[in-house]
Amino acid sequence: MPIVSPGFTGRRQSPDVQLPPGQYLAEDFPVLTAGPTPRVTTDRWQFTVNTEAGQRYDWSWQQLIELPAEKITTDIHCVTKWSKLGTRWKGVSLDVLLEDVETAADYALVQSYGGYTTNLPLEDLIDGQAWIAYRYDGEELTPEHGGPARLLVPHLYFWKSAKWVRGIQLLLEDEPGFWESAGYHDYGDPWREQRYQGD
Amino acid sequence: MNHVDGNALAGDLREIFAVDLTAATGQCSGCGYKGSVASLRVYQNAPGVVARCPHCEEVVLRLVRGRDRAWLDLRGTVSLEIPLP
Ligand SMILES: [Zn+2]
Repeated sequence: MPIVSPGFTGRRQSPDVQLPPGQYLAEDFPVLTAGPTPRVTTDRWQFTVNTEAGQRYDWSWQQLIELPAEKITTDIHCVTKWSKLGTRWKGVSLDVLLEDVETAADYALVQSYGGYTTNLPLEDLIDGQAWIAYRYDGEELTPEHGGPARLLVPHLYFWKSAKWVRGIQLLLEDEPGFWESAGYHDYGDPWREQRYQGD
Repeated sequence: MNHVDGNALAGDLREIFAVDLTAATGQCSGCGYKGSVASLRVYQNAPGVVARCPHCEEVVLRLVRGRDRAWLDLRGTVSLEIPLP
């Protein structure tokens, strides 16, 4: 079933809503944070991809917003059990950012301002599955929700959609991130309810 | 061979993990700051509990509760000095 439906603007009707196992429907947008909210201004903001071979690619804020952007309407699922349907974002696909990056990596460690990290297979970041999002619901993304820009990878639990994203380290070997090294599942598929290690 | 297996820790660890640890003094592995566990900055609106050093804001403790297990990560803590009754 398509979870991501770019261009879809309506809301699903609630009687037929299908949520991943163990999730409930949230109408608000809870703010979760493991630390103080970083305040990164766009003039200092930079997004960097480092490859396993030590090659570095970076983008300033101006370069990011000049790239072709997409509007994304998608359901999101937090491991703390709330799901939110039909959230509307704007951002740049990782396919665009990674287009000219030469790599043999299979894994990615996503890094944020403030020190947060999360890991995922590189194949989950490409083929229209992940974006660097900088607008939410028609507005600039607020710092509380990860602004100026956050990763959006809605087919996995939302802790993978790192707020305040500042870069991606490409890796030959998987390296657990902040929650993945403290009991949470390495992959985190909500439809298979992969919350904790061993699920 | 002059070691025994970990079962020999049972008594000592039961004593340590049964006390109120908020009075213990922890040392941050980021900056070396020493302070009581009660003085840490705790973030609870998160998938787990995160405690940060009041001096340098490094993560000193993470606690994740699963359905039938908990994970306690203390890699940001050099040591805990625990008062015993
Ligand atoms: Zn410290």
